[in-house]
Amino acid sequence: MTATGIGASVRRVEDRRFLTGRGNYTDDINRPGQLYAWILRSPHAHAAIRSIDTRKAAAAPGVAGVFTGADLESAGVGGLPCGWLIHSKDGSPMNEPPHPVLAIGKVRHVGDPVAVVVAASTAQARDAAELIAIDYQPLPAVVTMAAALAGGAATVHDGAVGNVCYDWEIGDKSAVDVAFKAAAHVTKIDLVNNRLVANPIEPRAAVAEFERSTGQYTLYTTTQNPHVIRLLMGAFVLHLPEHKLRIVGPDVGGGFGTKIFHYAEEALLTWLAGQVEKPVKWTSERSESFTSDAQGRDHVSHAELALDKDGKFLGLRVATQANLGAYLSTFSTSVPTYLYATLLAGVYTTPAIYAEVKSVFTNTVPVDAYRGAGRPECAYLLERLVDKAARETGIERSEMRRRNMIQPDQFPYQTPVALQYDVGNYPASLDAALKSSDWAGFPARQAEAAKRGRRRGIGISTYIEACGIAPSAVAGALGARAGLYESAQVRVHATGSVTIYTGSHSHGQGHETTFAQVVADTLGIPFDQIEISHGDTDKVQFGMGTYGSRSIAVGGSALLKACNKVIDKGKKIAAHILEASEADIEFKDGKFTVVGTDKELPFGQVAFAAYVPHNYPIETVEPGLNETAYYDPLNFSFPAGCHICEVEIDPDTGTLEVVKFTAVDDVGRVINPMIVEGQVHGGLAQGIGQALLEGAVYDGTGQLLTGSYMDYAIPRADNLPNFDVTTQSVMGASNPLEVKGVGEVGAIGSPPAVINAVLDALIPLGVSDISMPATPAKIWQAIDAARSGHKAA
Amino acid sequence: MEMSGEYRIAAPREVVWAALNDPEILRQAIPGCDSIDKTSDTDMTAKVTAKVGPVRASFEGKVTLSDRDPPNGYRISGEGKGGPAGFAKGGANVHLEQDGDGTLLKYEVDATVGGKLAQLGARLIDGTARKMAADFFARFGEIVAAQAAGGAPAPTSVPAPAAAPAASEQSAPPVPEAGPLPTEAPTAGVSTTTWVVGVVVVAVIILGLVVLA
Repeated sequence: MTATGIGASVRRVEDRRFLTGRGNYTDDINRPGQLYAWILRSPHAHAAIRSIDTRKAAAAPGVAGVFTGADLESAGVGGLPCGWLIHSKDGSPMNEPPHPVLAIGKVRHVGDPVAVVVAASTAQARDAAELIAIDYQPLPAVVTMAAALAGGAATVHDGAVGNVCYDWEIGDKSAVDVAFKAAAHVTKIDLVNNRLVANPIEPRAAVAEFERSTGQYTLYTTTQNPHVIRLLMGAFVLHLPEHKLRIVGPDVGGGFGTKIFHYAEEALLTWLAGQVEKPVKWTSERSESFTSDAQGRDHVSHAELALDKDGKFLGLRVATQANLGAYLSTFSTSVPTYLYATLLAGVYTTPAIYAEVKSVFTNTVPVDAYRGAGRPECAYLLERLVDKAARETGIERSEMRRRNMIQPDQFPYQTPVALQYDVGNYPASLDAALKSSDWAGFPARQAEAAKRGRRRGIGISTYIEACGIAPSAVAGALGARAGLYESAQVRVHATGSVTIYTGSHSHGQGHETTFAQVVADTLGIPFDQIEISHGDTDKVQFGMGTYGSRSIAVGGSALLKACNKVIDKGKKIAAHILEASEADIEFKDGKFTVVGTDKELPFGQVAFAAYVPHNYPIETVEPGLNETAYYDPLNFSFPAGCHICEVEIDPDTGTLEVVKFTAVDDVGRVINPMIVEGQVHGGLAQGIGQALLEGAVYDGTGQLLTGSYMDYAIPRADNLPNFDVTTQSVMGASNPLEVKGVGEVGAIGSPPAVINAVLDALIPLGVSDISMPATPAKIWQAIDAARSGHKAA
Repeated sequence: MEMSGEYRIAAPREVVWAALNDPEILRQAIPGCDSIDKTSDTDMTAKVTAKVGPVRASFEGKVTLSDRDPPNGYRISGEGKGGPAGFAKGGANVHLEQDGDGTLLKYEVDATVGGKLAQLGARLIDGTARKMAADFFARFGEIVAAQAAGGAPAPTSVPAPAAAPAASEQSAPPVPEAGPLPTEAPTAGVSTTTWVVGVVVVAVIILGLVVLA
């Protein structure tokens, strides 16, 4: 290992510009003559639009134009597409209602965009928007899934009868029925996975411009995947060919999934730039983010686990309702299906699994992928269920998990829900976590806390996730409307430095550092001779972007492949110059060497020869050293691990402190341990946030009550302990870098560990269940209800 | 939100009813009220200067009376459209009951807010409206009782309306239900002025519903 190669904790090179205020975010971009857009949004969760009068607004000072859904419709602008087609049990395709850029005829959630004003300043645009007169006819809103599915409920979309998008299933129902008949014990649980707001620190923004002389559109936008936006917006919404569209995702201040999707504002701004023939800018206000950025989670589930007399899992039966909100966001349909139910085996050998998922339209903000996307919902369900089964059967919690784990010699392991796990060692992670957390010593800590009047609880969870999304053929067979490979180009310059163009996008992950480490190791050149470029469709050949912990597994593998192409070509050049056979040339530590001799050429000299080909195998090798590779993974990668949480609760006030958190994660090969640790920290913070603090709450009429940081609690440093994070890695088997992915593990494994710990503390007081977020008020009420013999709310 | 209450006024029902229909008495009793104009038998317009937190602003609220049943009570309803700030609408049922030599005024308010008003102000609206309603009834009762007792003190002797906003400064900020919630006001996105202004609009509308009863 070198100081800057794979395995080294290289400091993040991008932090110099981020920490000194020199980042280049979308809102930092200003174009000459730029105008500003202000979007008027619906204050109603569900209402018919009887009329919109924009005349006063259009005449207001500084206004260049006012546009509504009707204007876009008559201009032939299409609706926003959904990227994943799901089929229901009966084989019918999902309900896929129109998703207009600006509402037409009806608004379906608070925040639904209705009209846009373009003016010389944001203040003028906003003032003009005040003058738009909209006559709304409020309609009954369906806010919860129970309300949406009830007979006689209002219909969010005319075409979606009963508000159901699809009623999907996976697994072998009859095998599960047989397993339950043979069961010695059945454990049942009902769970809610709370809806979350993503809250990246940078709100969404867009700047669009149009050049009439060339017909070229450029859109700067806060995206995790610029090429995907170009494809979706060009092909489906604006009907513009890709060669006339440039999408730039510059520095992006966090995404957590919510910046994957193709949003209305991106198409709207691009279209507006063409209409007014001036650059147009829009920057979301924070309160606007709360009602227009896709939200996460929101499942209601019932699950049953069949066990034999020894606590071995025989069968699992799951029925989940997933709230999709008012419209289908880009990847929303895949999250509660293929990113969720395919993981229901967890790290266990459960032989029979059946899950059905009903996805539901409601008058709420659309729901889509958020850090973990489906996999946290799965881990939460399984690990709450397993914990309950352990309590009911009297089998110690960690022992019950151990008994059911897939063993290291069982790989590749085919689960009953489609996936084939490539490699792993789950008992090793469990052992490491038990040891590191001093699981065995907990009773003493609990007794000590009791002396201080505190209820101390310990909780454990295991998890598995599918990352490295995704083998395109598999994804395509399951309904994906895109390939999910990645590309990289290694452009070697004449003097030996290198610029890398990657289709992955970094918005906090540190790719400019980790990708450079891969290149430094592979090409044997100094770290500072490498530049990583990403995010601009005019620079980068193609890319599917960053989500699902896919960047290093898929994008990194494409990069390795492109580096190896450079080396292969370099060998041909070196063989010529060194007057040896190509087969005798070996590349190591940045040098081409004739095997068994001291004849060698450094990488830089080969690069120079490629661009100044005076002494060159010109008849068989082209000049230049610039290689592109595309990589489509053979399988998903499967990070897994074990998290253990300890909490202390003050039973008099319900206040809770997370006093200890141990995470043992198998993320495959670690490129940069410091960045891996940082990624786990961030994921844990968001997972603990979901468990204890966060929750999007709508009132009965569909108004978002948790619409600001006064009411929506994101975790702060004082809510979190010092984390004990270690990696316990089995090298990945599905990609050449042997990596697995780390961006989401923290958010996946932690919520059940936290809630299991809370329940461990409260069950002796008579509490039987608690839902996320387990706020002090909720904990206090649960304790109080248990004491007074009433059922907790 | 829903809010209900009752208030005993030391004056006969007919006097209370008359006072409730006297714009000048209402003007003096409503915290921060600059003017009240009857635009018809069933419509009034009130201009109010209100203060919530750091923001002080003037608003106009329009309300409509219905189901008038002198001197037993009426239904009063109003709607405010705040454009990008959202909307507020609601109503109040008001009943006057003879209670010995005094009158029991009972009210039930139902109000809904939408858009940014609900998103940002739901908690503040509640506290502000309650505080303003309490201030109103205290002052209204005082004025009406004094009149019934013989005309003194004259309406001019009650605290000047300009003093009213100061009262709302004393109202405690809403306490989040969950313990470790962040309580910072939003600093990014919508300006402080915008949302507080929104809150005040709604508070005034709700207040109007209660007050003009």
